[in-house]
Amino acid sequence: MTQKNKIFASADAIVADILDGASIMFGGFGGAGFPNNLIQALARKGSKNLSVISNNCGTGEGELGILFKNHQIRRVTAAFPGPGATYFEEQFAKGEIELELVPQGILCERMRAHGAGIPAFFSPVGVGTDVAKGKEERVIRGKRCILEQSIGADYAFIKAYRADRLGNLVFRKGARNFNPVMATAANTTLVEVEEIVDVGALDPENIVTPFIFVDRIVVAKGLRYV
Amino acid sequence: MSKTKLTREQIAERAALELPDGACVNLGWGIPNLTAAYVPKGVTIYFHSENGILGMGPRAKQGEEDFDLVDAMKVPVTLIPGASFFAQEAAHVMTRGGHLDVCMLGALQVSERGDLANWRVPGAKGAGGIGGAMDIAVGARRLIVTMEHTSKDGARKIVKRCDYPLTAVECVNTIVTDLAVIDVTPDGLSLREVAPGFTPEDVQAQTEPQLHYSGKVPEMPINIR
Repeated sequence: MTQKNKIFASADAIVADILDGASIMFGGFGGAGFPNNLIQALARKGSKNLSVISNNCGTGEGELGILFKNHQIRRVTAAFPGPGATYFEEQFAKGEIELELVPQGILCERMRAHGAGIPAFFSPVGVGTDVAKGKEERVIRGKRCILEQSIGADYAFIKAYRADRLGNLVFRKGARNFNPVMATAANTTLVEVEEIVDVGALDPENIVTPFIFVDRIVVAKGLRYV
Repeated sequence: MSKTKLTREQIAERAALELPDGACVNLGWGIPNLTAAYVPKGVTIYFHSENGILGMGPRAKQGEEDFDLVDAMKVPVTLIPGASFFAQEAAHVMTRGGHLDVCMLGALQVSERGDLANWRVPGAKGAGGIGGAMDIAVGARRLIVTMEHTSKDGARKIVKRCDYPLTAVECVNTIVTDLAVIDVTPDGLSLREVAPGFTPEDVQAQTEPQLHYSGKVPEMPINIR
């Protein structure tokens, strides 16, 4: 095997080199598929001035909430901060956090574009709304469209169900959500999984994220905040 | 007014009749989400969720919840035969790409030409949240709004022009409220049905733009009492 070892001993070890000012994508939606062990480790590590990309902004202290509570986040790109995002809302109201609200599908597509080597694309979503402010508008095949820039990040923190030792990933039900696309859009992808199996043990037909998108793996029992 | 407007459940019951058998459907927060409970017997609907599910069934029974199998409102659900899982971006290929048959959203305001405002009240506290609504509104083959006809303080929500922040322009096809079923057409708003006991004039009084109708307007068929 010529692939380097991607498996880390602990969640703390896997986030140990994350510097202040890093940009990080976080998977998860509706309480499922959040890399909560990685988030907790980042809270212990204490990196500050983070720029984060996530569908929502935490549920109380759960999910991203702990990072807002610790004042570790400076800028957010999100689709739906959410009714439970109390620490985010507090700091947003005080003007301490910069927010870019993005339509959810366009958030996915901007990350997908980055991962696919496409710097920008035209889309009809948000035409005539606040989302279009400051963006180039053009009529393409009779449809009003706005120019959307791709989004990348230094890191993606994702949660998968199972990995093989190379980093091929499978997910579980609705916990897949944003995780696969984020794995493609970050320079370094960190994944927490419930189980690591031998190379060859996963059916190639069922692998959702091929190992090429995965850099670091840690086993951690799922943490959930409902 | 002594007449009784429909309840949220009754709006949902009427809205469910708009879903054809076999349709792939996304339901938004609020009254749209209630609609799933009123799909008529014998009709199969493949409900879609933004986190990557097509073919959601009823809410999971207590004690049988799987918290990886949740809808967009975090409610543990079940699957029906033929269901599938996929990623969030594929879920929005379905919304934006026009692959879903019907989408239902709640609204703060709907304009005469079908503009939708549903994600932020001007001046309200907090950051607001767009979620999947803009992708859904732009891509829906048929977009149905379900809502109360007027706001809690009596303000009209069906207006000539939305002054709330927009979700999308010219996207709404049909509005189902506690007073009426209204279709948005190139010629303006067409009053299709009125709530039991109400007249077209009653509905017009609660609606800013002109409603078009001719002859006797039928009553909304409602079974829940």
